Amino acid sequence: MDTVPADGLLSASWLLIALPLAGAAVLLLGGRRTDRWGHLLGTGTVVAAFVLALACTLQLDERQVAVDLFTFIDSGSLDVRAGLLFDPLSAVFVLLITGVGALIHVYSIGYMAHDPRRRRFFAYLNLFVAAMLLLVLGDNYVALYVGWEGVGLASYLLIAFWHERPAAATAAKKAFIMNRVGDVGLALAIFVMFAQLGTVTYEGVFGSVGLLAGGTVTAIGLLLLLGACGKSGQFPLQAWLPDAMEGPTPVSALIHAATMVTAGVYLIARSAPIYDLTETARTVVLAVGAVTLLIGAIAGCAYDDIKKVLAYSTVSQIGYMFLAVGLGPVGYAAAIAHLLAHGFFKAGLFLGAGSVMHAMDDQVDMRRFGGLARKLPVTFVTFGLGYLALIGFPFLSGYWTKDAIIEAALDHGGAWGWVLGGVAVLGAGLTAFYMTRLMLMTFFGRARWAPSAPGRPTPHPHESPSVMTSPMVVLAIGSVAAGFLLVQAFPLDEWLTPVFGEPEEAEHVVAPALVGIVVTAVMALGVLAAWLFVGRREVPAVAPERVSVVTRAARKALYADTINESLFMRPGQWLTRALVWVDNRGVDGAVNGMAAALGGSSSRLGRTQTGFVRTYALGMLGGAVLVAGALLAVTAG
Amino acid sequence: MTIAYYLVLAAILFTIGAVGVLVRRNAIVVFMCVELMLNAVNLTLITFARSTGTVDGQIIALFVMVVAAAEVVIGLAIIMSIYRTRRSASVDDANLLKY
Repeated sequence: MDTVPADGLLSASWLLIALPLAGAAVLLLGGRRTDRWGHLLGTGTVVAAFVLALACTLQLDERQVAVDLFTFIDSGSLDVRAGLLFDPLSAVFVLLITGVGALIHVYSIGYMAHDPRRRRFFAYLNLFVAAMLLLVLGDNYVALYVGWEGVGLASYLLIAFWHERPAAATAAKKAFIMNRVGDVGLALAIFVMFAQLGTVTYEGVFGSVGLLAGGTVTAIGLLLLLGACGKSGQFPLQAWLPDAMEGPTPVSALIHAATMVTAGVYLIARSAPIYDLTETARTVVLAVGAVTLLIGAIAGCAYDDIKKVLAYSTVSQIGYMFLAVGLGPVGYAAAIAHLLAHGFFKAGLFLGAGSVMHAMDDQVDMRRFGGLARKLPVTFVTFGLGYLALIGFPFLSGYWTKDAIIEAALDHGGAWGWVLGGVAVLGAGLTAFYMTRLMLMTFFGRARWAPSAPGRPTPHPHESPSVMTSPMVVLAIGSVAAGFLLVQAFPLDEWLTPVFGEPEEAEHVVAPALVGIVVTAVMALGVLAAWLFVGRREVPAVAPERVSVVTRAARKALYADTINESLFMRPGQWLTRALVWVDNRGVDGAVNGMAAALGGSSSRLGRTQTGFVRTYALGMLGGAVLVAGALLAVTAG
Repeated sequence: MTIAYYLVLAAILFTIGAVGVLVRRNAIVVFMCVELMLNAVNLTLITFARSTGTVDGQIIALFVMVVAAAEVVIGLAIIMSIYRTRRSASVDDANLLKY
C-alpha cells in the first residue's frame, strides 16, 4: 500500500468529519435557541460534506492519500497518530454516507416536522454522520474503533429517540448490548495487533502481518469478524437489527440499512491483506454470510411488520456482502458494489415505508394496508423501483450487483462453490418472494385500513409533502442506475484497484449469461409464488394461527431470540441471582452479623449501668481489692 | 511504740467507712463515711511518716485534707440541689443516669 501525502483540497478532508461534528455540537449545546433553524443547519453540514467529498474524490485520481493530523495517543511504545486515509475505498464510502445521508436529512425535515424534539434528532443524525465518516476515513484501527463506537452511540440514541415507548427503549438497549459483544472482538483484535506487531495503522499492520504465525493471523481475522458480525447484524448477532426498527424511519434508512450496518463489510474489505493470509477466517466469513443470507430471507417471508420485513431483508443482503468478501479478491469489488447499490435501494425502500406509515397514522402492520398504490402514487412508483432493484429485476441495480456475487460464489469452485452459489440463488428467490408479498400486501388488493387505536379515526391516506418525496425520487433513480453504473459503465473493481489490487479474471464454472438467466428465472418463481400465496387470495386481517412448523419458526426469526435468551440471558440471570444471594446472605450477612453482635453485647453490657450509686461503689471497692490482692500476690510471690 | 496499733485502727476506720458507703442510703451519711475513709488513709500516711522519719506522708496528708475540704463544698452543694428538686436525700432515688 503506497500512500502519498495530501495536497490541495484533500488536505482539508478532515473538514468532512468536522462539519457534521460541529453541527451536532451546535445543536446539542445551543439548546432551544436553535429549535427554529436546527434542522436546516443539520442538513446544511451534511450537504456541505457531500460537496466537499465529491470535490475530494474528483481530485483523488486513483491515489491513496494520507492526511496526518495530530498525535492522538503517545504512551510508551503505543503511538497512535490521528490521521486520515482518503483512498478509493474510503472515497466511495464517504460519498455513500454523505450522499444518502444528505437525502435522508432532507427527508427527515418533513418526516419529523411535528416532533417537538426535531432539533435533537438532527443533532444525533449529524453525530452519526461524523462518527461514520471517522470510521471509514481513519488510517488506523484505533480511529476506526473510535468511529465504530461513535456510530454505536448514535445508533443507541436514535433507536431510543422515542424513549417514552418501552419497546423503543428496550430495542435500543438490546442493540447496544449485542453491539458490545462484537466490539469486544474488535477491541481484542486491535490488542493482538499491537501486542504482536507494535502498530495499529493500516500501513504498518498490513506491511508486517505476513511475519506472524498463521494461528495469530487467524485469531485476528476471527476477532475482526466478530466485531463485523455485531455491527452488521450477522449470524449469530443478527437479532438486534430488526428490533432496531423501533427508531424513527429515517434512522432505519440511514443507519440500519444504508451505512452503519455495512461497516462490518467495510472492516473486512479494509482488512483484506489480513484475510488474504488466513483461509480459515475467510471460510468462516463465507459461512457466516451464507447462513445469515438464508436466515434473513426466511424470516423476512413471515413478518407482517413492513419495517421488520425490510430489516430482515437488510440482514439478508448484508449476508450477500459477507459472502462476497469471504470469497477473497474476486469478491471484494462485488461486495462494495452491492453495498453501494443496496445503500440506494434499501434507503429508498425505508423512506417509502416511512411515507406509507406517515399516510397510515404510523401503523406498520401490512395486514392493515392494501390498495395504497392509487393514494400514494409517488411513494408507489419510487418504492416499486426500489423493490425491482432489490429483487434483481433485469438491468436494475440488484441484477448487476447480486449476479456478480452469485457468479463469484459459483466460481469459488468445487462442492463448496456449488453450495454457496445454490444458497445465493435460493436467497434471490426468497428475496423476490418476501418483497413481492410486501408489495402486494401494501399497495395492491382491497383496502384493509383500520384505526391505529380504538378511538382514532380510520386513516385517510395522502401523499407525503415534496420535501419527503423528492429524496425518495433521487434514491429511486439511484436504485435504477447504480448497478449499471458501478458494474458496467464505470467498473468499481477498476476504481478500487489501488486498494485491492488488479481484479482477477476468474475462470467461470458456469457461463455468466446462464447464471443471469437462472437467477432471473428463480426470481420470477419467487414473484409467482408470492402471487399465488398472497396476491390471489384475500389477506386476513389477523395472521392465521394454524400454520406449518416452518412458518411458525420463520415468524420467530428461526428462534434467534429464544436461543439467545436460553443460552445467554437466562444463565446470566441465574448467575446474577446467585451473586445477589451470596451478596445478601454472605457479604451483607457477615457485616450485619458483626454489627448485630456488637450491638447486642453492648446493650447487654448496658444493663450493668443500673443507676444505683452503691452498686458502682461496690464495684470500685471490689476492683480496688482485686488490684491490691494482685499486687500483693506478685510482690509476695 | 508499734505501728501495728495505728494501722489496725486505720483499717477498722476504713472498713467502717467502706461498709457505711455501701449500706447507707442517706447521702449525708454516705458522705461522712467517705470522709471517714479519707481520714483512715491520712492516719496511715502519718503513721508511716513518723515511723520512717520523713515528712512526705505528712505533706500528702495535708493535700488530702485540702482536697477533702473542696470535695465537701461541692458534694454538699450537689446534695442540696438534688434534695431541692427531688425532695429526697436517698442515693437510691438519684438513679436517672442508667441504661
